[in-house]
Amino acid sequence: MFSFLFNRLAILVPVFFGVTLMAFGFIRILPGDPVVALSGERSISPEQHAALLAKLGMDRPLWEQYFEYITNILQGDFGTSLLTNRPILDEFMELFPATVELGICAMIFAVVLGLPAGIFAAVKRRTFFDQGIMGLSLVGYSMPIFWWGLLLIILFSSILGLTPVSGRLSFMFEVEPVTGFLLIDSLLGDEEGAFGSALHHLVLPSIVLGTIPLAIIARQTRSAMLEVLSEDYVRTARAKGLAPIRVYGLHALRNAMITVITVIGLQVGVLLAGAILTETIFSWPGIGKWIIFSVFSRDYFAVQGGLVLIAMCIMTVNLIVDMMYGLINPRILHTR
Amino acid sequence: MKFRIMGTVAVAAVAAVVGVTLSQPAAAKTLVFCSEGSPGGFNPSLHSAGTDFDASAQPIYNRLAEFEPGTTKVVPGLAESWTASSDGLSYTFKLRKGVKWHSNKHFTPTRDFNADDILYSFNRQWKEDHPYHGVSGGKYLYFGWMDMGPALNAIEKIDDYTVKITLNAPDAPFVSNLAMDFASILSAEYADKMVAAGTMETVDTDPIGTGPFEFVSYKKDAFIRFKAFDAYWEGRPKVDKLVYAITVDPSVRYQKLKAGECHIMPYPNPADLDAMKKDSNINLLSQEGLNVGYLGFNAEKKPFDDVRVRQALSMAINKQAILDVVFKGAGSAAKNPIPPTMWSYNDAVKDYPYDPAAAKKLLGDAGVKGLKTNIWAMPVQRPYNPNARRMAELIQADWAKVGVEAEIVTYEWGEYRKRIRAGEHDTALLGWTGDNGDPDNFMFVLLGCEAAKSNVARWCNKEFDGLLRAAKKTSDQAERTKLYEKAQLVFKADAPWFTIAHSVQFRPVRKEVMGFKIHPLGSHIFKYVDLK
Repeated sequence: MFSFLFNRLAILVPVFFGVTLMAFGFIRILPGDPVVALSGERSISPEQHAALLAKLGMDRPLWEQYFEYITNILQGDFGTSLLTNRPILDEFMELFPATVELGICAMIFAVVLGLPAGIFAAVKRRTFFDQGIMGLSLVGYSMPIFWWGLLLIILFSSILGLTPVSGRLSFMFEVEPVTGFLLIDSLLGDEEGAFGSALHHLVLPSIVLGTIPLAIIARQTRSAMLEVLSEDYVRTARAKGLAPIRVYGLHALRNAMITVITVIGLQVGVLLAGAILTETIFSWPGIGKWIIFSVFSRDYFAVQGGLVLIAMCIMTVNLIVDMMYGLINPRILHTR
Repeated sequence: MKFRIMGTVAVAAVAAVVGVTLSQPAAAKTLVFCSEGSPGGFNPSLHSAGTDFDASAQPIYNRLAEFEPGTTKVVPGLAESWTASSDGLSYTFKLRKGVKWHSNKHFTPTRDFNADDILYSFNRQWKEDHPYHGVSGGKYLYFGWMDMGPALNAIEKIDDYTVKITLNAPDAPFVSNLAMDFASILSAEYADKMVAAGTMETVDTDPIGTGPFEFVSYKKDAFIRFKAFDAYWEGRPKVDKLVYAITVDPSVRYQKLKAGECHIMPYPNPADLDAMKKDSNINLLSQEGLNVGYLGFNAEKKPFDDVRVRQALSMAINKQAILDVVFKGAGSAAKNPIPPTMWSYNDAVKDYPYDPAAAKKLLGDAGVKGLKTNIWAMPVQRPYNPNARRMAELIQADWAKVGVEAEIVTYEWGEYRKRIRAGEHDTALLGWTGDNGDPDNFMFVLLGCEAAKSNVARWCNKEFDGLLRAAKKTSDQAERTKLYEKAQLVFKADAPWFTIAHSVQFRPVRKEVMGFKIHPLGSHIFKYVDLK
């Protein structure tokens, strides 16, 4: 187990340096610089320009800047935002819980609907239901998130008035941040109705963010189930005269779950990518919206730090998924 | 996937019932503004974007002078009155008495606003040895952009309620600069207290001002909350609470406005304007913006150094087509370098007519045949130019009709301006949005001989420059008006720019909002706003 963990961690080291180098490099090969970007239509004198660049430490050789950058990161300092002048790690940690909360709700939505849909399609293989579910999942998988989000807002918020248009909580409530997870913080606080409001605001963004994972989970569950249903032990179970619910639920599903859990693990990256669009549409105060705003406002250091932090999150999740495989199927621990 | 649709409906319906039953009506009068982004911070001298000013300068602070809402007229603010010396070099400000400061958990004021606050607010930005100069990053961009450092000679406290500012050269637009957001007045007492507490940055993150609204809290990318300041010197605002619901996407802002989740929204999506006009719950306010979009001819390069070529190329462009196609009605034709909402706008100036035949003849007179040139188009949308690429294509087609072959060139935005400053272009599209409502801020900044080295037209006309310099020296507005009117005639005759348009700014507000006015400088001011 330990050598497995050690191997996985050793792979992460070059990946981490690769990511920092890319984040650092991409920002710098862009034409222009932050000072020019900040000054708009104004013409600033070369002296003013040089003084501001020096203030940002961007007048030094690139290798020196990178060396300082990487040294700082190893000490937990991801730099300071150009725009807000706050440490990037603080900004990230302030917004990250919102993204995680949305991601978890989207995943619950995807699993709760995707799993039964996949099973149902497999059981009713080659019927109208199967084709219908698979057709719809293809539509869901190909759905442009931005368009889908706006469509739901127009229908449920503007026309039917059932859900709030955007945001994370009604402005009538002010919940003191403790964990950063609003569903938990609103229960810890004493404001009546805040929890309901937080839940209410989660509905549409979770549906939008969960749509693509839902489609993938439904399809994967179906194919995993089909594979398992043709196994000998399922035939034996049927032959024993077990009720269909026991055959599908107990014997088939348990074995199909290994594939499904793998797929769910892989969706974390998809969720983070989807969060960028979903958070922008729903004004959701998470890291997706933050990184987009930083790109648009040319906050070079926030983009650089944000990319590294997001990459670190994905690396951590991948590591956890790898470990889980090991736990589910111990044979993996012994393969190199 | 059938489940998905059913699930969508079911989850939405359940949550809606939960949410509706748990939501409570607000007792206090709350005005909600769907703002377009998160501010960088709450000190307007450090954070210089429009979003920053809306969140700090307007609700929280005041300045020595203020702009009258809806106009660019400078009126008394924290200074009750001011007088200029006869040589135009010094200004004496009489400060308002009895102006109260806000309070928060870090600070309770023990005195009213006075001259020390003025000295603190300006010296912090101006003097590099000021203890607060380097705090919170210490980048005072607007102070630099307005050339305040070189302009100032001394700021002196005569007594608690009198301040004298001496300049190095007469500069009439200076008082307008003092009404700008970056010149907001912060509390010196609060600053001193935070020095003692060892948390100097707090003055910039937990703001204390004299303005109509007190800062309550801020959650990045979600809300900014303010409450009415009971002791505000102009009288308590009419709403009790002011909330900025930060909503980045303009289409979503519109949906929020329709759903009644906010009362006022900035920067609507042009595609939504028609629907807004038809919406019975919404008033669509509009006003010409304080901006100008133009095509500048590089007067240092041949053949654009010949006035006849500049005039001919101006006559070859169909301006109305640009207004129809690119601005889609949200722009008005520009003939002067300043917009018509600005004082000294000279309506007597005659614009060049669209006349390809005359243009062709004039080019022939100038000896120009088979001209090959370029049109630089900005890669970004700006208030004065919603689609530079499309505009360049229209100009390219118009010029082709008079035998001029133009190539369209574009670069990344930072690179674009850098190369223009280096003078690499033949002709380039650009524009300007005014800072302080003074004509000097357009004409001198963009077209004066000092700016010629770095600006699009690289044009220096001694007569034009002389008029602008004379207008800088006198604080008599009637006299300045005459000088600027004349300068506009010189500008038009010499045609360094093909003036294109002033864009119209739109603000959709809900019907229950009363007393909101569009501000020509783009700020959002809520101190006089009420709700039905």
